[in-house]
This record gives sequence, structure tokens and C-alpha cells, in this order.
Amino acid sequence: MATDPQRAATWRDAKVVSVDHHGELGVILRLHVPDRVVHRPGQHYVLRLRAEDGYTASRSYSAVSGPAEDLVELYVEKVPDGEVSGFLAEVVEPGDVLECRGPIGRWFAWDGATPALGIGGGSGVAPLVSMLRHARAVGRPELLHLAVSAWTAEHLPYREELEAAGALVAYSRQKGGSRLDAAVIAAIADPGATAFVCGSARFTLAMESHLLSAGQPEASIRIERFGPTGENAEHG
Amino acid sequence: MAITRGFTGRRKQAERDPRLPPGQYDVGKSWPVLTAEPTGRVDAERWTLTIDGLVANPTSWSLKDLKALGTDTYRGDIHCVTTWSKLDTSFTGISLDTLLDIAQPLPEARFVVEESTTRYRTNLPLDDVTGGKAWIVWEHEGKPLTREHGGPVRMLVPHLYFWKSAKWISKVTLLDHDEPGFWEINGYHHRGDPWQEQRFDGD
Repeated sequence: MATDPQRAATWRDAKVVSVDHHGELGVILRLHVPDRVVHRPGQHYVLRLRAEDGYTASRSYSAVSGPAEDLVELYVEKVPDGEVSGFLAEVVEPGDVLECRGPIGRWFAWDGATPALGIGGGSGVAPLVSMLRHARAVGRPELLHLAVSAWTAEHLPYREELEAAGALVAYSRQKGGSRLDAAVIAAIADPGATAFVCGSARFTLAMESHLLSAGQPEASIRIERFGPTGENAEHG
Repeated sequence: MAITRGFTGRRKQAERDPRLPPGQYDVGKSWPVLTAEPTGRVDAERWTLTIDGLVANPTSWSLKDLKALGTDTYRGDIHCVTTWSKLDTSFTGISLDTLLDIAQPLPEARFVVEESTTRYRTNLPLDDVTGGKAWIVWEHEGKPLTREHGGPVRMLVPHLYFWKSAKWISKVTLLDHDEPGFWEINGYHHRGDPWQEQRFDGD
């Protein structure tokens, strides 16, 4: 009998059920994954593209869907000149088949039973939305507090869903906007919660520093970073 | 396995750089940061590296001590499990062989656990860090290693995926048994050979 990790590591042919564009910034894919292993919010999947000559390219994307949903939903941010994200955003249509494996990662994952603080920048909100949907599904929305940041409202995927859930939202490049600065983070830091921080390298470095200054214990902070140091503009 | 409709790939198989292991792409000059915990804060003046466990002569070195032992430079490629590789890059530090010669592994030592100041741990067979395969490094491309990338001092085991190269390294312990570390417990492969695509549990 195969264990869950072995089953999760198996490549499957996932069918694209829907494709929704988030303007020019990204795309929301919903996939039917046959015989899927149910993920924990915060875990990620790997998509692999395969050319006729055998060339492959793969990238990881956090699940946005909650564990209870039938389809696996992924948010793919369009990276400038991105080989994989560009293809997923511009070419993929419902009915296409993509190789997929997962869920992967047992660290940046929330079970929905203990207090959690989610802090996300830009497309880093994706795993937090999965946590949010899970919190609702298990009837414990009070356990999860969210603070998210983006350049403007248009840059924030899942904006309506996050706002409706009462997430603290900061727009750093919008008229009258704000930031998740030290004072804001100090107000929401919770030593009794696990803090899940997701975003660019610059964003997460700033957030972990604010959290530590606010007395959030180091061992309670879990981070999912993407992108190089200093090079990509911060999303917050 | 299904062919992806319409996907040709940016680089055709024929022109693919032979230095890239399967499933990897060249990240060029950039260097992504991947760490699951808060970035280590290490005072280089007070930092020490200890080799202990199954060794005849457990030893600790300050950064100054290490630099006094000489310097070695690695020039070559590094590979991250998240599919980026960085080609032809350089790190300066000291070969772990030099330090193990001083610490003197006991015959029963077969595995090591690297531990960082952040309590991050990763496990390796001893054979993977001896014979010119591993370094303790403090410079990248001739400049001090930045904090985000493990500075002041990190481990470098470039022939394995980069999570085996612990940032903010503070201790290398020799054991007679394998002891899974942070990522190995959290869903990743125990060894992590990029050429065999040993990425995740079950690979």
C-alpha cells in the first residue's frame, strides 16, 4: 500500500477545468487532479510542461483551494519573460492536460485547529486564501487573522474574498494607501499563533523583522519566500 | 506522460546546457532566496563552528581560526530543488576535509547532521561531505556572504540540492546512523541528488 508521500510524489495528468485571468498580472487555474491526495492549506503543487521533443519545465504553485474543494485551484503570477508562467497565462485553455504532482511541503501548512496569523504580499496571498477557505469550511474563522499588502487594489488577487473575510488590507502605491509597517504588525502580532508569512524576499524579510520586534517568538514564524534579494520590487 | 498542447519550451533539448540537471533552468545572475524560518542573525565576531559527535577530537573554530587554516575556492554550479540552477558561480571558504582531518572521524561515523544557529538541520551521508565535495564558506563571488544567503558563514555541498547547504551553519555532528533534518521530515528527499531528481519524499 503506497503511503501518502509516495502518492503525492506521483506525476498525474491533471485536466484544466477553468482559466480565469487576473488582468495582465496572473491567471487562476482550476484543475481536476485524478486520485488526488488532499492537501493541507499552505502546501504546494508542481506543474510540469512537456514539449514534443521531451523538453520539460516545472514550477511550484501554492494551492488556493481549500482541502474540501473538488478541484485544485492555483494562482500563477505572470513573471516577466517567464517560460512557464507566460505559457500558463497565455496559452492554456480548459480541456488542456498538465502534469501535476503534490501536495508538497509539511512546514508551511496549517491544520485549521490552532490560531494562525497570515501575512501575505502580492501573489503571496495564495496560500492564505486556502487557509481562509479551510477556516470557513471547518467553522473556525475566528482562528485565522490575515493581513495582506499589494501595490494597488488591482494588484491584489482574491481581493474581494480577502476583504469580505475582514483581512487587514494595505495598498502601498495607491493614493491614500498604507503599508504593513512595524506599528501595524505590532498591533496584530500574536505570540500564541503560528505566523505564516508569504511573499517576495524583500517583503518577507521586512515582515519577519516587524514580527520579531513585536515579540512574535522566532519559532512561531514560518516563511515562504520567492524571488531574488532586492531585485524584484516589493509588493507591499 | 502527456505532451502539453502548444508548449515548445524556450530552449530545445539539443541546445540545453549540459550542466543543467534534468528539470532545472538557469537563473542567470540572480539568486533566489528560500528559507522557511526567520533569517539568521549571526554576529561574525562571536560565531563559532563546531565539529562533534563521533570524532576523536571535537573542535570549535572562530571565523578567524578558519581563515587562518587557509582558503579554498569552489567554482561551479549550484542547484535548488525548486528548479533553478546557478551556473559557474564561486564561493570561498575552507574545505570540510581540512576540518575533518583535525576532528578525526571515528571508524563508525557514517552520517552527518548540519545544524545552523536557527536550529535548522539537514542530514547527509559522510561520503557526501568528504573528498573535496563540501566547504564551509564566507564569500560569494569575492564578497562577504549576505545574511539572506546564509552569511556570515554557510555550508556548501554543491553536488546536492541546495537545502543540503545549511545557512548560518554552526555545527556538524558525525553519527553512526541517518537522522532526517528539517526538510527531510517535511516532505523532501533524504539525499537530494539533482542528477537523479531526488526532490521529494517518494522520488
